[in-house]
Amino acid sequence: MKHLAVLAALLAPVPVLADIDPANWDAVTAEAEGQTVFWNAWGGSTTTNDFIAWVGDRVMEDYGVTLEHVKLTDTADAVTRVLSEKQAGEDDDGAIDMIWINGANFAAMKEADLLFGPYAEQLPNWAIVDSEGKSVQTDFTVPTEGFESPWAMAQVVFVHDTADMPDRLGSMQALLEWSAANPGRFSYPQPPDFLGTTFLKQVLVDILPDASVLAAPATDETYDEVTAPLWAYLDELTPNLWREGKAYPATGTAMFPLIADGELDLSISFSPGAASTAIANNELPPTVRTFVLDKGTIGNASFVAIPYNSGSKAGAMVVANFLMSAEAQARAQDPAILGYGTVLNMDALSEDDRALFDALDLGVATLSPAELGTVQAEPHPSWMVRIADDWMTRYGVAQ
Amino acid sequence: MDKGLSLRDVSISKGGTPLLSVTHDIGPGEVLTVMGPSGVGKSTLLAFITGTLAPDFRATGEVWLDGHNITRAVPHQRRVGILFQDDLLFPHLSVGANLAFGLQPGGSATERKAKIDEALNEVGLSGFADRDPATLSGGQKARVALMRMLLSEPCGLLLDEPFSRLDAALRAQVRDMVFDRAKARALPVLMVTHDADDAQAADGVIITLGQPA
Amino acid sequence: MNRRRFLPILPALTLLAMLGPVIAGLWGTVMPAFGHLPAAGLTGPSLDPFRDLFDWAGLPRAMLLSISTGLLATSISLAIVMLVTAGWSGTRPFRALERLLSPLLSVPHAAAAFGLAFLIAPSGWLSRLMSPGVTGWDRPPDLLIVQDTWGLTMTAGLIVKEVPFLLLITLAALGQADAQRSVTISQALGYGRLTGWLKTVFPRVYAQIRPPIYVVLAYSMSVVDVAVILGPNTPPSLSVQIVKWMSDPDLAMRLEGAAGALLQLALVIGALVFWRIGEYVIGRLGQRWIASGARGRLDPVVAQLALFAGAASALAVLLGMVVLAIWSFAGFWGFPDAFPDTFTLRNWMRFGPGTLEALGETALIAITVALAALILTIGCLEAEYRFGLSFSQRAVWLLYLPLLIPQTAFLPGLQTLMLNLGADVGRLPVMAAHLVFVLPYVFLSLADPFRAWDTRMGTIAAALRASPNGVLWRVRLPMLLRPILTALAVGLAVSVGQYLATLLIGGGRVATLTTEAVALASGGDRRAIAVYGLMQTGAALVPFALALLLPALVWRNRKGLQHG
Repeated sequence: MKHLAVLAALLAPVPVLADIDPANWDAVTAEAEGQTVFWNAWGGSTTTNDFIAWVGDRVMEDYGVTLEHVKLTDTADAVTRVLSEKQAGEDDDGAIDMIWINGANFAAMKEADLLFGPYAEQLPNWAIVDSEGKSVQTDFTVPTEGFESPWAMAQVVFVHDTADMPDRLGSMQALLEWSAANPGRFSYPQPPDFLGTTFLKQVLVDILPDASVLAAPATDETYDEVTAPLWAYLDELTPNLWREGKAYPATGTAMFPLIADGELDLSISFSPGAASTAIANNELPPTVRTFVLDKGTIGNASFVAIPYNSGSKAGAMVVANFLMSAEAQARAQDPAILGYGTVLNMDALSEDDRALFDALDLGVATLSPAELGTVQAEPHPSWMVRIADDWMTRYGVAQ
Repeated sequence: MDKGLSLRDVSISKGGTPLLSVTHDIGPGEVLTVMGPSGVGKSTLLAFITGTLAPDFRATGEVWLDGHNITRAVPHQRRVGILFQDDLLFPHLSVGANLAFGLQPGGSATERKAKIDEALNEVGLSGFADRDPATLSGGQKARVALMRMLLSEPCGLLLDEPFSRLDAALRAQVRDMVFDRAKARALPVLMVTHDADDAQAADGVIITLGQPA
Repeated sequence: MNRRRFLPILPALTLLAMLGPVIAGLWGTVMPAFGHLPAAGLTGPSLDPFRDLFDWAGLPRAMLLSISTGLLATSISLAIVMLVTAGWSGTRPFRALERLLSPLLSVPHAAAAFGLAFLIAPSGWLSRLMSPGVTGWDRPPDLLIVQDTWGLTMTAGLIVKEVPFLLLITLAALGQADAQRSVTISQALGYGRLTGWLKTVFPRVYAQIRPPIYVVLAYSMSVVDVAVILGPNTPPSLSVQIVKWMSDPDLAMRLEGAAGALLQLALVIGALVFWRIGEYVIGRLGQRWIASGARGRLDPVVAQLALFAGAASALAVLLGMVVLAIWSFAGFWGFPDAFPDTFTLRNWMRFGPGTLEALGETALIAITVALAALILTIGCLEAEYRFGLSFSQRAVWLLYLPLLIPQTAFLPGLQTLMLNLGADVGRLPVMAAHLVFVLPYVFLSLADPFRAWDTRMGTIAAALRASPNGVLWRVRLPMLLRPILTALAVGLAVSVGQYLATLLIGGGRVATLTTEAVALASGGDRRAIAVYGLMQTGAALVPFALALLLPALVWRNRKGLQHG
């Protein structure tokens, strides 16, 4: 795999690694000063937007880097943008300096040589990242190879309002039975939304007797057979979904107001702390709790990547490094702010830095790391692409 | 002839249809009245003289004013004054500012103000300088319009049915005032009208244009 | 003076600013639609993009949605406006409705759509007000109202915005139709007011408002922001799907999107032809109806229904604004409470700074574009006045062309073309793209008052030795202050409301209130949406208020200008 990447780098039509050397940190910070970094990140969550604004204040303070949040509705927009710029020969100062990315978008950009790097493992704060215990070096089974740096850990949790639905569910089969008894009270974001496709994968991972087949790329031979139980499951579930599956919430955060209004009893989230944060913000009632399945749930890391044609690569690396700092990670984990899981290794932190995390009250609805249980691996992205496409044909167009 | 307004072989047509042709000299202080039913092209003749003829008309011939051929001069340099049946005072300007618009540039602010007050005084409207023209009576408006025109020091005067909107009592009064002022300044006057009384009062040559073709 | 040489080329320049981007954008769409995208190593011609397009399982429904929302929204809003005008023009309820609807014209489509969604959703305000008392609901019912499969809510969202537009257009046309006397005569002949109006005035009025009706039809068929907020997603309407394809990381999707864009264009042309045929058929039926001598027994009933529909459409937008205002100050607000538990300034403090930043960007773009459009428009109209360089009757349709060609058909192509030319994305190209949509509206808004100005004023001023520029600056423009400011406000409102042009041409770097608000739609944070929606509405509404207020203030002592 590594050899292939090196080969690809050699054959790439444009030099992927331009003038700046990530290992020379002093040179990076010197060049970063005064640069403006356009960070393209999904803008649908106001708490995330606030956090990014705070990051902007801090990197301006410490490094003189101006951070502009370009709010996306879909990360694919940013990928398209870089692609069009490459076609147009805009190789030096593209519109995008950094992207919040993972999964299929990362795989696509990496394959098309649209990313700058490797840089992530040369950043100073890489030393405190938990690269052994957390899946920060593979992204949906695709090796990151330093082309993106992690900044948050996510794991699927189910969010339920205990006022209407007191008990947790242990499996996807239990969810199916519960929704038959309580029609119209569950939904998931519409694929290809990230969380929506994650739900589909979660179903598959949970109902397959052996999920290891998903680690390999999907092939025409395996795909139909492996996914058949998923479609059977969804055929049974869909009539009992909210709006009978004729409409879906657009995103994960769009489901919180639906729980608050009492339209939904149950939804899912990719952020174990998000429910606590939403309770603190009056967006969810205080009776909301979270749970995971008996066999555990899917987890992955969120990354940032730098396009090959960014004109502010140094500035972007400074932001990426800051995101992996104990200060930023502790703030992101604070349920009153974001409630995202940290990518850091607690044992690698100084005592002062560790105190930042110990001081956090994770909130009433947040499960402890022990309660979160087993983290199941993401399937290879080829599964997600095909499943999302298939879902669109089966449920996305023909109701 | 040097002074005065001369129309030399002027003929106007529209779409190949001849509307009118006129040849006439109007001496200083004289009035030429052009009569005829509406639609015959009386106002077209005035538009030709002021240089504002619509593009779908064709005109030949020449207009001379005080010894200058003004046929091809731009409208604002012809020095031809005109009064319409409506007063056409600029509604966004006060009475005084309307007069100042007509008054030729030059002189100090005090001098200009004095000239305007004098003009108002001349037509019995002293102290009206700050008034909104919309608050004036019909006769008052007509007088302001006349003085505004005279302050621009024209060398000739055109009247387009100028009195038809005024009631009978006012009409004679305003008419006399206009003709008196024109005579006093020795201006050649061309009036178009369909009113026989106006033509009579003008006391000059009358041309009657034919039926529209 | 070089103005003399500059002025005559202004009409050509204006046409170029308006049509250049449209034609270039269409070109940039046609190429990839036939598989030709050399930058990506794809060379055509090939029919594969169309083959892929027709293989998409959602296509029939997406096409149907585009057609049905377009035809329904246009015919229903037209029917409401015509029947209300027929039954009530000149009466007190009509003047009340007119006053109610005029400010609604400037409410941006996205804000009106949000308001409607917050109003009529199962957990919306109407449901809260009636629950549990009237309905017995203590939880929102599982009803598919917003984002319904048939796009009916989206159609309603379009209707409530098009009714004010068509009503104002109709009022302008009425002034030239000598309506009152025709109605009086037909009433004297024993016809009901409504039937008399339809039989005598409607044909004349319709002939005048035909182009704006076509604009409404084309717009409703290809709208994106309203469809994102209120429209279905399983599948979405064709235009929304085109935008999705255009932003897919997979390049092949771009080709499919371009093919979809051409299909959208064909659909709009087809619908316009269909509408034209419908006009003919209704015209023939109408003649028969007139010849029948029917006096209109049902007039009172129809008139009441029309007034109800008109008032409901106005109320929907107004109450939508009210519920946006409530959400913007809401603390926790559970169902079925009619009002939030607490009111708080927290939402405004949290999102206020962000909206101010977006407001700055919005204002900069809108003011520049509206002023540019105003200058070009006045230049064109003045050139027409001085040199007789007028648009011929046929050329007037050119004004409507940018509004008749679906945005989704040429904006994506324009984006690709601009990138190929190396033009940087950002504010300036966005301004150029906005100008395409702003110019026609500013021109149409100002042309009538400008031309209606009594040119004898110009003759008088010239006779008083004012130069042509003097006449323009000292007489004509001051006298036309009110319509000029109104045209400017129209231009500002159109620019503020632009979604797709800002999103695609700005490359995501240009964040206006509209793009920010629509981006929030997917997150569902009602408090944030409310704050952004209200700011967006304010940005469009305040200029209109100023356009009314300023002339009244400047000309407070000039009675002659107080109703012009």
